[in-house]
Amino acid sequence: METIKINIDNKIVEVEKGATILKAAKQVGVHIPTLCHLHLHDLNIENKPAGCRICVVEVAGRRNLAPACVTECYEGMVINTNNIKVLNARKTVLELILSDHPSDCLICSKNGNCELQSMAQDFGVREIHYEGEKSTYRADTSPAIIRDVDKCIMCRRCEMMCNDVQTVGVLSAVNRGFMSVVAPAFERNLDHSECTYCGQCVAVCPTGALTEVDHTNAVIRALADPSKTVIVQTAPAVRAALGEEFGMEPGTLVTGKMAAALRRLGFNYVFDTDFAADLTIMEEGTELLDRLNRHLQGDTSVALPILTSCCPGWVNFFEHQFPEMRDIPSTARSPQQMFGAITKTYFADKIGVKRENMVVVSVMPCLAKKYECQRDEFKTNGNPDVDFSISTRELAHLIKQLNISFNELPEEDFDHPLGESTGAAVIFGTTGGVIEAAVRTAYELQTGKKLEKVDFEELRGMDFIREATIDFDGLPIRIGIAHGLGNARKLLEEIKAGRSEYHAIEIMACPGGCIGGGGQPLHHGDSSILKARQKALYSEDAGKTLRKSHENPYIIELYKEFLGKPCGELSHHLLHTHYFDKSVEVSVVE
Amino acid sequence: MATIKLSTNKIDELRAVCKSFNHEKGELINVLHKAQGIFGYLPAEVQEIIARELNVSVAHVYGVVSFYSFFTMLPKGEHPVSICLGTACYVRGAEKIIEEFKRVLNIGVGETTSDGKFSLACLRCVGACGLAPVVLVGDKVYGRLSPESVKDIVAEYAK
Repeated sequence: METIKINIDNKIVEVEKGATILKAAKQVGVHIPTLCHLHLHDLNIENKPAGCRICVVEVAGRRNLAPACVTECYEGMVINTNNIKVLNARKTVLELILSDHPSDCLICSKNGNCELQSMAQDFGVREIHYEGEKSTYRADTSPAIIRDVDKCIMCRRCEMMCNDVQTVGVLSAVNRGFMSVVAPAFERNLDHSECTYCGQCVAVCPTGALTEVDHTNAVIRALADPSKTVIVQTAPAVRAALGEEFGMEPGTLVTGKMAAALRRLGFNYVFDTDFAADLTIMEEGTELLDRLNRHLQGDTSVALPILTSCCPGWVNFFEHQFPEMRDIPSTARSPQQMFGAITKTYFADKIGVKRENMVVVSVMPCLAKKYECQRDEFKTNGNPDVDFSISTRELAHLIKQLNISFNELPEEDFDHPLGESTGAAVIFGTTGGVIEAAVRTAYELQTGKKLEKVDFEELRGMDFIREATIDFDGLPIRIGIAHGLGNARKLLEEIKAGRSEYHAIEIMACPGGCIGGGGQPLHHGDSSILKARQKALYSEDAGKTLRKSHENPYIIELYKEFLGKPCGELSHHLLHTHYFDKSVEVSVVE
Repeated sequence: MATIKLSTNKIDELRAVCKSFNHEKGELINVLHKAQGIFGYLPAEVQEIIARELNVSVAHVYGVVSFYSFFTMLPKGEHPVSICLGTACYVRGAEKIIEEFKRVLNIGVGETTSDGKFSLACLRCVGACGLAPVVLVGDKVYGRLSPESVKDIVAEYAK
């Protein structure tokens, strides 16, 4: 690494050549504030439009102040990051931003978690010296995401996630000058766009401009209704992140405390989506082997590779952008929906409660799950299999609202039977986890042999696109993995062009998989948090006695008592789905 | 909203334009210029087609269209009325002329009458300051106007 010497705040330091002032300063422990810059190192995601002008610093010999996020260091550069000129400029810029921002912080859903608010606090803003017109824009509520553009500071992070990382292309800056806003094409609402509801825009928004649709009050009402049996399921990635909302270190597993909290919130049954993840493996794994074996026997009508279908953001993505390929993904429903379907049939019968009197709540790291559970195909006579999907953040709010001291709770277990799961299920929460779980089961079902080692290190990691060949007792199975929709697109283009050589591909819409989902505690640009969550899930898996989905005794019982066999008649009805062509047709009329 | 009818001929022409620019993303503005030349305006459908041809998001295309005031998403009338707001015209009462056109045609600036006959726009200096205030209808220049003369101009084209 070539280095240069620069002077930052009267300290001579050696930094990497070509580094920006912001990066160089960080390397030597000088924190320069910024609102628009965002850098997720391990994921190679960087937003630096130099738009907010908060990061300005003084460079000796330069006429004006320099934005630190885009100005490269040079040999002998003399930088001052905190003199009176710099501080005044920053405060002026911040006050100007605040002069066109609603001052309803007390009732804003981002209260306490807003970067603009924290900055105003850090800068000691006590008065806004500027008064002028305030931009106003209509509110936009979709099934999962709320846009409150009045709170937008045009940092463009959401645009970067939507266009560069996810390649969904829904958001763009439109109009000009004071009238400019970030919006979908033709300023339509999100629910009339190709939005996948992945929520990555929400995950990086520094203010309350993009937030989730909040269902916590609906859940509280259901819990207070004595005529309802209220059942909760929690997704794998939630347990690895919820603790952060209560001041715990990233990567702290709070599985037991979470179960205890849910019980104290008043849920009648505290179950686990992990159970349904094991069920997903039974269905998806069986489907994979069926397609694979037919393909190997020379049936050319069988589509390969098979793509996973657990991720609702990903499902929305291909329905909008690759509808012609919608026969390739597995027809298996996501674990959230499998859980709902089983709960409102099998379990409802078991406890003698009608489905109308049952409320199923899911806790998800995800915002697309809110949309998924509202899909018509997952309803019976208008009654949804899953009534409400709340995010990890919403669960934290719920726990705080109900005066539960989370950190002091004992560790408790989930209830039986839908709370029992294997290690294969818990790793669903990270990129590579679903396919590893599928391999563990598919290997044993296909070869009839017992797997000596269940850890498939070759499938793990954070690289955006990974591939590995797994030896199924002489039969090489080629696996592809992509996380982040932009990377999924690359693999889809390969398949479309007939160049794909994979048998199976796992796709997760969010960078990192569900651990980095749009409903998780905000990482504020620190990608080490995602890594810590990933590690936590693998450690929970490693600590389990049962680590293969088909060994889950309650899954075995479910098939024996109720479903029959995987991909059988009842499974087809309850656990599988079909996909739609949601592409926009340009109407051309003569 | 009225249904927008795009003729297949014009769409073929638009596709040919995109091809002539090698479907390059960087040529978006040039393509939009040509497209507005073909259709007279840039309805959503045209932007959708351009987005697909250049492989950019339609939100991005709309971002560019909405940024530049030259681009319009509203069809111009058969007789586009443009009122000069240059300094000379302005001080000689162009604003009153605008008000009168708005009243007579019953539309705002940037809009088109429901029969599609007239549209109203403002522009800056047509280089005929000696004739201020100046109005263009199509390519024809009308000078030294008073609000009273507006009705006569409209009547000339309303037949």
